[in-house]
Amino acid sequence: MKLEGKVPPGSLGEKWTKFKSTVPLVAPNNKRRIEIIVVGTGLAGASAAATLGELGYNVKCFTFHDSPRRAHSIAAQGGINAAKNYQNDGDSVYRLFYDTIKGGDYRSREGNVHRLAEVSRNIIDQAVAQGVPFARDYGGLLDNRSFGGVQVSRTFYARGQTGQQLLIGAYQALSRQIALGSVEMYNRHEMLDIVKVDGKARGIIARNLLTGEIERYAAHCVVLATGGYGNVFYLSTNAMNCNVSAAWRAVRRGALMANPCFTQIHPTCIPVSGDYQSKLTLMSESLRNDGRVWVPKKLEDAKAIREGKKTGLDIKEEDRDYYLERRYPAFGNLVPRDVASRAAKVACDEGLGVSPTGLAVFLDFAAAVQRYGKSAANVQGIHNPDAATITRLGEKVVEEKYGNLFEMYEKITGENPYKMPMKIYPAVHYTMGGLWVDYNLETNVPGLFALGEANFSDHGANRLGASALMQGLADGYFVIPYTIGTFLSNDIRTPKFDPDSEAFMEAEKAVKDRIDQVLNVKGNQSVESFHRRLGKIMWDYCGMSRNADGLRSARQMVVELRKEFYQDVFVPGSNDEYNPELEKALRVADFMEMGEVMILDALNREESCGGHFREEYQTEEGEALRRDDEFAYVAAWEYTGWDDEPVLHKEELMFENVELKTRSYK
Amino acid sequence: MKLTLKVWRQENANKKGSFSTYQLDDVSEHMSFLEMLDVLNEQLIEKKEMPISFDHDCREGICGACSMVINGQPHGPMGGTTTCQLHMRHFKNGDTIVIEPFRAKAFPVVRDLVVDRSAFDRIIQVGGFVSVNTGQAQDANSIPVEKDVASQAFDAATCIGCGACVAACPNASAMLFTSAKVSHLGILPQGQVEAKRRVQAMVKQMDEEGFGNCSNVTACEAECPKGISVENIARMNRAYIGSVLGSETSVS
Ligand SMILES: Cc1cc2nc3c(=O)[nH]c(=O)nc-3n(C[C@H](O)[C@H](O)[C@H](O)COP(=O)(O)OP(=O)(O)OC[C@H]3O[C@@H](n4cnc5c(N)ncnc54)[C@H](O)[C@@H]3O)c2cc1C
Ligand code: SF4
Ligand code: FES
Repeated sequence: MKLEGKVPPGSLGEKWTKFKSTVPLVAPNNKRRIEIIVVGTGLAGASAAATLGELGYNVKCFTFHDSPRRAHSIAAQGGINAAKNYQNDGDSVYRLFYDTIKGGDYRSREGNVHRLAEVSRNIIDQAVAQGVPFARDYGGLLDNRSFGGVQVSRTFYARGQTGQQLLIGAYQALSRQIALGSVEMYNRHEMLDIVKVDGKARGIIARNLLTGEIERYAAHCVVLATGGYGNVFYLSTNAMNCNVSAAWRAVRRGALMANPCFTQIHPTCIPVSGDYQSKLTLMSESLRNDGRVWVPKKLEDAKAIREGKKTGLDIKEEDRDYYLERRYPAFGNLVPRDVASRAAKVACDEGLGVSPTGLAVFLDFAAAVQRYGKSAANVQGIHNPDAATITRLGEKVVEEKYGNLFEMYEKITGENPYKMPMKIYPAVHYTMGGLWVDYNLETNVPGLFALGEANFSDHGANRLGASALMQGLADGYFVIPYTIGTFLSNDIRTPKFDPDSEAFMEAEKAVKDRIDQVLNVKGNQSVESFHRRLGKIMWDYCGMSRNADGLRSARQMVVELRKEFYQDVFVPGSNDEYNPELEKALRVADFMEMGEVMILDALNREESCGGHFREEYQTEEGEALRRDDEFAYVAAWEYTGWDDEPVLHKEELMFENVELKTRSYK
Repeated sequence: MKLTLKVWRQENANKKGSFSTYQLDDVSEHMSFLEMLDVLNEQLIEKKEMPISFDHDCREGICGACSMVINGQPHGPMGGTTTCQLHMRHFKNGDTIVIEPFRAKAFPVVRDLVVDRSAFDRIIQVGGFVSVNTGQAQDANSIPVEKDVASQAFDAATCIGCGACVAACPNASAMLFTSAKVSHLGILPQGQVEAKRRVQAMVKQMDEEGFGNCSNVTACEAECPKGISVENIARMNRAYIGSVLGSETSVS
């Protein structure tokens, strides 16, 4: 199989414009005859379904949530990037393109990324017109903030709830189409399989989660916007129900899974507190603007803190190691996510961790409080302020900037971060890998498209902050409405597909068999316990740093675990009822398959780049060693049944506009 | 700590429900409330019983999925906190905790603590949007919006659609939820064009869904995890009257 990116010819800046004016269109009268299935109502799915509905297609939209508004996108905090250059600070489409390519450690497609940067501007216009209440300055114009890895202010935000506000905007646009009848909404419906007719994706099998009924839906094409697979690791910042099943079922039907080993581990999350832990909470990247990361220099101090005999406050300044500032003087605490995460792991592996589990470092705001306090005293004309005044004024400034995050931290940990340094540790956050798609966002299965976090397209080996929201909405509002025409324009005479035809009946039976299989094991271990064990294997061997031996043994462990699952899992209840344990069982079964492919991909990629760090490939100073000569390609995996090895297909990446450089933050 | 839990169990909307009592021995104060229920569910599964169903997803207080009444209060005893953000350190060893679903005619029970809140979606569908197709928007900075106005709209827009306001209200009224959306869009210039039609349509749908009337009890505001203010209800009432009186716009 030859993988063709289908990036249009022409200069970088002209590709998308030319594409749009030459792409085959579907006339309005024909659109009315065409049906599209969209799975997912996050930013990518809701924006796609709404826009395709507006254009006149007949859309059926599915989500396993009880309402489209609850998709995981709702939880995004920090913001969304766009090359508006409203701050007049030298931003441009090219700069956003370049930052994204570089931030991704040169493992993404130039053409796709440039298009993303181009349409980023339209997203902000659209969102504002929908009534998204972005932050504004006193002149009533839109405000921006900065995020890691870039030198301009291009991030638009709505307090700490940007994802919520953008998703509500898309949800409202979707609701309008539902009322108009152009979108038929199926809540609490989980897609469990793709149906192919003559090699093309023509429908899905879904389970009605309320009744357990297995239902068949046909359409001219299928769009998956089903999010990322971070929950392979069990613990992550993702919502509890995020899962890989839709994408994985597509892989089982022939779609390729690209770069699955590229996962993003976010450095600032609240550490694990016990084995009952169900998920991890992100503390926004913005905190690293003012917080200083450190661990004690002495092992005995770290031990005393872990045992509760000392606190961070007892450690004298000269006994602290501000290791990011020491190792990366140029960027200090603001190094990119992958670098900061690894450094925290190194410190804890050396025995310097500061929580009872040994897996936490300090994020300290004391210096910021002092700095802001003095400056606030100055502004208020208080000369020679006493220490208490400085602290009081400084804490006030910190509260204005980060109040909601500090409050969230205190709710979860019960500790006051104004008085005690915060404890943080890296956690799985985002998955850059996903279904392989070409420029049209179409997978290698004709008629099957993938949008948002579910595809692999734009972030290479590492995603920059505030770029996932941008990509999800770009894909849904501005890309798929055009690119879907490349497929559908050949289908305008194709009559509706019959969901009672053989292909559908066969797929339905396969789904029913799979459900019976997990229900009939009737073993002794809960689904949750398997998921936890899988997560631990993945985190220990395919997490922040990886090596060949570890990965090989991890693969064996995952294979064994999968076997054990089908021998000893216990799923209560039946298929014919509302049964969340059954839903979970099917998802965990797919996670176990996905986990193996992630491990394989990590083994294959004998280099370190972005979120993927192979211990064998590092510089003498312990920095990532990329190997462009051999690995400047997209690794796309084909499933061929577990009796055979998955097959690797390579898409070479061409860099015509940027020069490949080593990222340095020293 | 040790706890006694009295949990509402109901197989589906058509069956009668009742309370079941469970003992939990080893609850850590660091657990979240939902993690405590996870632990109980693991124990039930070990005994081959059906675990307790409850809606949840983000566990960060933003998706609005979690929904239960804890000791008589939607989302439990802490103000401004969703169930998923509630931690066990706010309970004491030996406590008995009563856990029920949100109860309202318009929110039928699905199973145990899970209810069907799709009535909220239908209220939004009749008018909770700005009619602007993708690609029709002008430049985002072409209409300046006063900072305070944007901020007020934001305050209303933070509603997570959880339904605690309905569960808290003796009349099971959805006025707080509906007014939050009417305010969010009505305050902003982008939403004003359709404001009259919107408020009429949404109020009408709210009534048709079987939500009760507002009698100014304001329990909704007290239990709302996002601090949505009853001022929104007053604003909606004014907008509604204004839209009916002296206007050509009417939704019948
Ligand atoms: C805590 C947190 C904070 C973040 N903050 C930021 C930020 O500040 N800026 C930024 O740019 N990015 C941020 N991100 C990343 C960003 O939020 C996500 O990458 C993005 O929202 C994903 O959107 P999506 O539409 O692709 O998928 P999702 O929002 O995950 O939506 C997936 C949808 O698919 C549905 N679905 C999945 N499988 C099935 C199935 N089998 N059947 C039916 N339906 C299915 C789900 O119900 C859901 O509707 C953050 C992520 C996290 C975890
Ligand atoms: S108004 Fe408050 S209580 Fe009611 S749905 Fe919105 S967030 Fe929940
Ligand atoms: S689980 Fe999302 S708000 Fe509680």
